[in-house]
Amino acid sequence: MDLLEYQGKQLFARHGVPTPEGRVADTVEAAVEAADEIGYPCVIKAQVQIGGRGKAGGIKVAENRQQAEEHANAILGMDIRGPRGEGPFTVHQVWIERASEIDAEYYASIILDRSAKKVLAMLSTTGGMNVEEIAEKDPDALVRRYVEPHEGFGEAQAETLVADAGVEEDARGKTAEMMVKLHQAFNESDATLIEVNPMVVTKDRDVIALDSKVTIDNSALFRHEDLAEMDESFIEDPQERMAKEKGLTYVKLDGDIGILGNGAGLCMSTLDVVAQAGGKPANFLDAGGGSKAEAIVDALEVITSDEKVKAILFNIFGGITRGDEIARGIIEASQRVEIGVPLVVRLDGTNSEEGLGLLADADLPDLHLEKTMLGAAEKVVELARAS
Amino acid sequence: MSIIVDNDTKLAISGLTGREGTFHGLRNRSYGTDVVAGVTPKKGGQDVEGIPIFDTIKEAVDERGANTSMIFVPARFAAAAMKEAIDAGIETVITITEHIPVHDMLDLYWKARDAGVRLIGPNCPGVLSPGKANVGIIPAQFFEQGSIGVVSKSGTLTYQIGNELKQAGLGNSTIVGIGGDPIVGSDFIDILTLFEDDDETELIVMVGEIGGDAEERAADFIAENVSKPVVAYIAGFTAPPGKQMGHAGAIISGSSGTAEAKKQALEAQGIRVGKSPTETAQLAAETIGAKA
Repeated sequence: MDLLEYQGKQLFARHGVPTPEGRVADTVEAAVEAADEIGYPCVIKAQVQIGGRGKAGGIKVAENRQQAEEHANAILGMDIRGPRGEGPFTVHQVWIERASEIDAEYYASIILDRSAKKVLAMLSTTGGMNVEEIAEKDPDALVRRYVEPHEGFGEAQAETLVADAGVEEDARGKTAEMMVKLHQAFNESDATLIEVNPMVVTKDRDVIALDSKVTIDNSALFRHEDLAEMDESFIEDPQERMAKEKGLTYVKLDGDIGILGNGAGLCMSTLDVVAQAGGKPANFLDAGGGSKAEAIVDALEVITSDEKVKAILFNIFGGITRGDEIARGIIEASQRVEIGVPLVVRLDGTNSEEGLGLLADADLPDLHLEKTMLGAAEKVVELARAS
Repeated sequence: MSIIVDNDTKLAISGLTGREGTFHGLRNRSYGTDVVAGVTPKKGGQDVEGIPIFDTIKEAVDERGANTSMIFVPARFAAAAMKEAIDAGIETVITITEHIPVHDMLDLYWKARDAGVRLIGPNCPGVLSPGKANVGIIPAQFFEQGSIGVVSKSGTLTYQIGNELKQAGLGNSTIVGIGGDPIVGSDFIDILTLFEDDDETELIVMVGEIGGDAEERAADFIAENVSKPVVAYIAGFTAPPGKQMGHAGAIISGSSGTAEAKKQALEAQGIRVGKSPTETAQLAAETIGAKA
């Protein structure tokens, strides 16, 4: 789960990491009121779970009330795309904070390195937007330090990191302190990423976190009720919202063939094979392991609510999932949901013969049973074209 | 031979008394796996269809000689069960449970390494050595004994490819599901090393998917260290790009993590990559045919 900037800053504050004073607002009026309270100049920042806000015009400085209103008006409701075309993410909230007087900008992050199986702390005194470029062209300008499993990350490690990164001497103590606190926040909140870009040294030689990017491990949310409550991710797409409510893993794509598979790998492979057969998948839907009939009914409801869908493919190879449960789900769904488009089913694995028997007996209209994954992909593409 | 599980496996199952644990545990036993114990706190002294239940894994080791543990308990308790298995002197811990917090896995990874214990998973379908032992949820009836080793991040995709291999007349030495979580106990390189040293394995099929850079690192490792032929499959060419938070991820991986990047990295090292599970099985059949 990705936190919004202000949520990350709230988390930082709880761990003693200094951040500028600010308020969150979801209307222009509330934003202006917040700006008045904080005083001018202040910064109005779009709250979306993606980078590239500045370039998209989602961060503006307001010198006075009139500008605060103009900027809040422009930013609220704005659609922002990520640097790799992700999104769009619509801005529903802005964060208004006191403008900082900046002397120096750093880049700091703590991340789980899955290859090394260690936590990695990184710090650069040449912060700002192009840190990836810096890392590539001038690797020495970005100092990396692994947190050794038997050693941890305390003052001593942070001080070395800060000195190696070339932090100005009078800011070293506060920078090291912040790195230690960020690492504590990382551990104590089950984060997989904390990035502060920029971390700034102010004219008063204070070190503060001017931005936050925080990702929390979803599997650990059960032990962080406070963070679980922060999940206000606004899902724009109606099918994705419906799937989330039903607890299904669903991603909308732009084609016309609805897809359901069991297991992420097989589901992705099904998308690929359908694309190779000349079709365009409308979605990715992983029914997961051990799906029961009810989940299949839910899944068909989500897939068929997308009006673009012209045909549906179920590709199931059961391990923990039982073919008879899938078949029961399809039969039940046909009674409760208006499917309305051809459904191609390929059922293999655990209890698949029972499942195929049930489907044959039910004799549902426009249901096509296929024996192989490739055959099923070709069939569904042909049916989608014909309709 | 075969790797990780075989006729010498003596299995203790944490969570055998649960509904899914019983279903799959008994399937493992009926396949021929020597299931020596179940472990559920406060249920010691009971049995599941004749398999004795103990309160602790230590008792299963001491009294029944368990050397392999399968973890089939809910996510909240799984890390504790894994730790218990490592401390009890188990040699191999295979974790089926999904949604284990990644920070817990990080601790367990290093704990297991220090203790010399092999971890497989979490969030994996387990390990099957056809004709010998099945530990986990892989539907064994779709696989036959043979000379192809399979290592895969994905469960169901493994079954798909194993089944295609069988239709091409090929069996398996061992099928290993390593799981697709951010931190896994054993990665491609660990398993490739075992297959390279296994007499029964003549060819290795590696099944990857988008995300991370384990496939890219495996490609380099194969070029340097694996003499047996390897055929690969990567899922996720049509998947939308994942959302990238910040820059740190891109800085450390040095790879975009896309299916195309993985395919290129593998092909650059001379490893053939199938377009579909079916083509991957055909490539394996061709390669082994050419070798014979």
